[in-house]
Amino acid sequence: MSTRLKTGGRFTDGGAQLSFDFNGKKLKGVEGDTLASALLANDQMMVGRSFKYHRPRGIVASGGEEPNALFNMGGTDDFEPNQRATVTELFDGLKITSQNHWPSLEFDIGAINKHLSRFLPAGFYYKMFIHPRPLWKHVYEPFIRQSAGLGKAPRAQDRDPDTYEHFYHFTDVMVVGGGVAGLQAAYAAALTGVKVLLVEQTAHWGGRAPVDGGEVDGLPVGNYVDNLVAELSAMDNVTMRTRMMGAGVYDHGYVLGYERLRDHQPAEIGPRHRLWRIRAAQIVTATGAIERPLSFAGNDVPGVMLAGAVRDYAVNFGVSIGDRTVVVTNNDDAYRTAITLKGLGLDVPCIIDARAGGGGALAEDAKALGIRVENGKAIAKVKGTKRVTGVSLCVQAGEGAELEEIACDAVAMSGGWSPVVHLWSHCGGKLIWDEQQSHFRPDAERPPMGATGEGFVSVAGSANGHLQLAELIGDAHGAGLAAGRAAGGNAAKATIPEGAPTSENPVEPVWLMPQGAGIKLRSKTWLDYQNDVKVSDVQLAAQEGFESVEHAKRYTTLGMATDQGKLSNINGLAVLSDALGQPIPQTGTTTFRPPYTPISMGAIGGEARGKVFQPLRKTPLYEWSDTHGSDWEPVGAWRRPFAYLQPGESVHDAVNREVKNTRENLGLLDASTLGKLIVKGPDAGKFLDMLYTNMMSTLKVGKCRYGLMCSENGFLIDDGVVARLDEETFLCHTTTGGADTIHGHMEEWLQTEWWDWNVYVANVTEQFAQIAVVGPNARKVLEKLGGMDVSKEALAFMEWADGTIGGFDARVFRISFSGELSYEIAVPASQGLAFWEALIEAGEEFGAMPYGTETLHILRAEKGFIMIGDETDGTVIPQDLNLHWALSKKKEDYLGKRAHQRSHMADTDRWKLVGLETVDKSVLPDGAYAVEEGVNANGQRNMFGRVTSTYYSANLERGIAMGLVKNGPDRMGEVIEFPKTDGTIIKAKIVDPVIYDPEGAKQNV
Amino acid sequence: MLILECPCCGVTGEETEFHAGGEAHLKRHSVGSTDDQFEEYLFMRENPRGVHLERWRHNNGCGKWFHAARCTMTLEVFGTYPAQTYEPPQEIKDAISAKRPGWSWRNFS
Repeated sequence: MSTRLKTGGRFTDGGAQLSFDFNGKKLKGVEGDTLASALLANDQMMVGRSFKYHRPRGIVASGGEEPNALFNMGGTDDFEPNQRATVTELFDGLKITSQNHWPSLEFDIGAINKHLSRFLPAGFYYKMFIHPRPLWKHVYEPFIRQSAGLGKAPRAQDRDPDTYEHFYHFTDVMVVGGGVAGLQAAYAAALTGVKVLLVEQTAHWGGRAPVDGGEVDGLPVGNYVDNLVAELSAMDNVTMRTRMMGAGVYDHGYVLGYERLRDHQPAEIGPRHRLWRIRAAQIVTATGAIERPLSFAGNDVPGVMLAGAVRDYAVNFGVSIGDRTVVVTNNDDAYRTAITLKGLGLDVPCIIDARAGGGGALAEDAKALGIRVENGKAIAKVKGTKRVTGVSLCVQAGEGAELEEIACDAVAMSGGWSPVVHLWSHCGGKLIWDEQQSHFRPDAERPPMGATGEGFVSVAGSANGHLQLAELIGDAHGAGLAAGRAAGGNAAKATIPEGAPTSENPVEPVWLMPQGAGIKLRSKTWLDYQNDVKVSDVQLAAQEGFESVEHAKRYTTLGMATDQGKLSNINGLAVLSDALGQPIPQTGTTTFRPPYTPISMGAIGGEARGKVFQPLRKTPLYEWSDTHGSDWEPVGAWRRPFAYLQPGESVHDAVNREVKNTRENLGLLDASTLGKLIVKGPDAGKFLDMLYTNMMSTLKVGKCRYGLMCSENGFLIDDGVVARLDEETFLCHTTTGGADTIHGHMEEWLQTEWWDWNVYVANVTEQFAQIAVVGPNARKVLEKLGGMDVSKEALAFMEWADGTIGGFDARVFRISFSGELSYEIAVPASQGLAFWEALIEAGEEFGAMPYGTETLHILRAEKGFIMIGDETDGTVIPQDLNLHWALSKKKEDYLGKRAHQRSHMADTDRWKLVGLETVDKSVLPDGAYAVEEGVNANGQRNMFGRVTSTYYSANLERGIAMGLVKNGPDRMGEVIEFPKTDGTIIKAKIVDPVIYDPEGAKQNV
Repeated sequence: MLILECPCCGVTGEETEFHAGGEAHLKRHSVGSTDDQFEEYLFMRENPRGVHLERWRHNNGCGKWFHAARCTMTLEVFGTYPAQTYEPPQEIKDAISAKRPGWSWRNFS
């Protein structure tokens, strides 16, 4: 069993007792524990079920690479799935549940899958769920959804109670990794006088070195680390952070750091995570190395663990994984585990070394301690299901014939060490295959390159392939000095630290154990624990032609999900290479993408949530509307009143009242959000002639003209009324959403194509409040306020004038988007509220009521006016909307003119704008398609039209709609069918889109 | 995230300050052009592994468009220059040549 030893641990000595909750069980731990060490101390070896076959799984690693020990953490609002026990520091009251099982961890229904495993090979889902197609929706998809995904998603209604923040940091040198190499590199860089940031993802400095032992400058490495930390802490130019991961390296020295401030002390006040957005001139990655598992049958049984992790738990936490631990290895490092365990008084029945020649000095030490060492041997298979009970010994060169069974309750395995090259690779650093050490390591000749074309990342220590302390300490020192100098530091005088040399025999690559394992063994030999990928799956993928490592990854799921194959990738691609009969470098690696390990969505969002997610744009009338029943509608960053609700009214009731009142009495609309662009200069007319499809240069001062704008490829992008203010000045109204983009569009053409034209553009949208005064009583209220002549004679339809109304400086446009007598009046933004209140007060006797955007839409739809974004979607040209009259024939050129001559644009079979009148007077669903007999190439019903705008008209007491229908204008009176999602059909007659006052008698009074 | 220098206001800023605008030095074809010319102008773009000339706008700054000469492989920036030109200025061409002898892009080299 796994248990807490009396000998104590580096991190847990003197720690207070803590209690935590695992699947409803109360367990005890010690301050300094990780969740993983605490679980192991409670003999909780089995921690979850595997993803595909629901096999029992135990903790395998001691760091961020852990694939199995993933838990649901927290309660409701703070619930998070897939939290790794190995990097979760224990705190009092921690609550977790295990994942991927039903009804319980001990007894799981899904484990039946393991008996079906030969029916669930690589690519099973692709092969199985293709045919027959009709089964997809009701059988396959629900099944896959049920079993897909690790852990549970948080509930949609829950809100994360924690806060997060972003933090900007600029530094000369950033060192990622606070092991002995990182500390040494940071120290050397700091000696050059530059600003240094050193980050370590765990809570402790020193990394593996204090566990592994050795000496530097005559000191035990643990003491050397303590001295370095003390020296660095005293340097003003050094910033140090623990619990902070270098998550990703990006272009030009940009680094994301993920600092976990409160995960270990949730009761503290302050942000939970902090995302550091760092610019560094030079980056040194001292990210260490990760131990690889060995591939033998049953290597996933709980109790089989990486040898380094076994050592970590024993030394750091005083936790033993078992009483009798078999060590299996292809390198010398695992002997350290055997020696450590023996030194703690635990039994090591055997060290199984796959190398025929065995190990070096450490092997001699082990033998001297009386440990049995078997060279050239292998594990044929592990005995036990929920817990290791023994291993079957065989020769590595054979096929797995059992020589003897060795009883044990834990297996410590080591397949060699792979440098953590992720950060080096994120931004394009290349790797080389180190034949001698059987791993990929950074190729210093091909680093990620910065803005100047020089490398900006270097690597130090075991991340650089230097696995021996004596080598890595000097390597790290050199990397730190070089980075400091490259970042502008001085030549520093420093003695190179010396590590005591060790003598180790080289690792021998062992990708399968035993070498000739048959299919029965290979089908129980796991490569990827998290995704349940076995040696046999990768071999099958190769056999089926998935030769590219990227394809094989996606086909087998090797190296996917939260651990991204930190343990499995090298073993997997070695198996793939072997199956393809090619060397490993030729197979290559999959792409390393940030973040290094998962980071919280909260940290990515930072402070940008709730009210500060995006600043709201408010018109001068926002507060008034908010206190007068506004039902707010987001329109880009603006909030506009959808309708103004009177007490007791529903939104629907309010809209119907506003629609009728505006047609019959007087409506007031806050139109301030409409874009207002001043276009000024000697060439302004010429410029607008290019931008609008109609002729604007001929517009007379004092007049308004409705205009259309197309992109260069002919599609409608915006519309609005243009007013000529003087010979050189135009005021262009844009749609609410178009103000900024059309301003940008104008600037782009002015700066990049017609830069010799004398035109300036200014966006004055927010300088004015604009109020539409609409309805039969519109003139009466303005005349009552007085100040300027607004009669038909003085100010005709499509004219504008400056003057005063009720004492307010006003620019009055006789334009109408409703078909009623209408004035749009612009006043300085600061006067907007006062002017609005004056209109409300003066208009009372005329039935004045504010109206919102829904009424605006209904009124315009009754008139057949188009709305950009409803009738247009980026594929619609003016001709589709019967707007030929707005396309100038006199102009030689304008944006979109050439595109309209392309064959598809000139096609007579395009879908065109019509009105749609439902036979049963109901309201058509927005976006509904008109269908006819037959099916298209995708097996869908043939479609020949769709609804673009649809409303209930209180004036007509029925649904009204517009839509685009193939040859629509030629099919007036035809009744067409629109299926609804509930299976029923609505019939609608094709009619003229202009329903209300086709002659324009109402607006032109 | 790239770092670029705006040649108009002189600010060296992060990529989030700028907005990429596709290929530089496009020749506008309009009324009177053949279908092939118009298609080339609207849709055909270079996608090189290496030297590329592209448009950027300093949209969270001075608002001006400019051009950048950049290596799409290494993200090295050879230089930036104002957009009011039909071809890269000589000093930009020289800067590219110094790092990528024998480069060519469309009809520039």
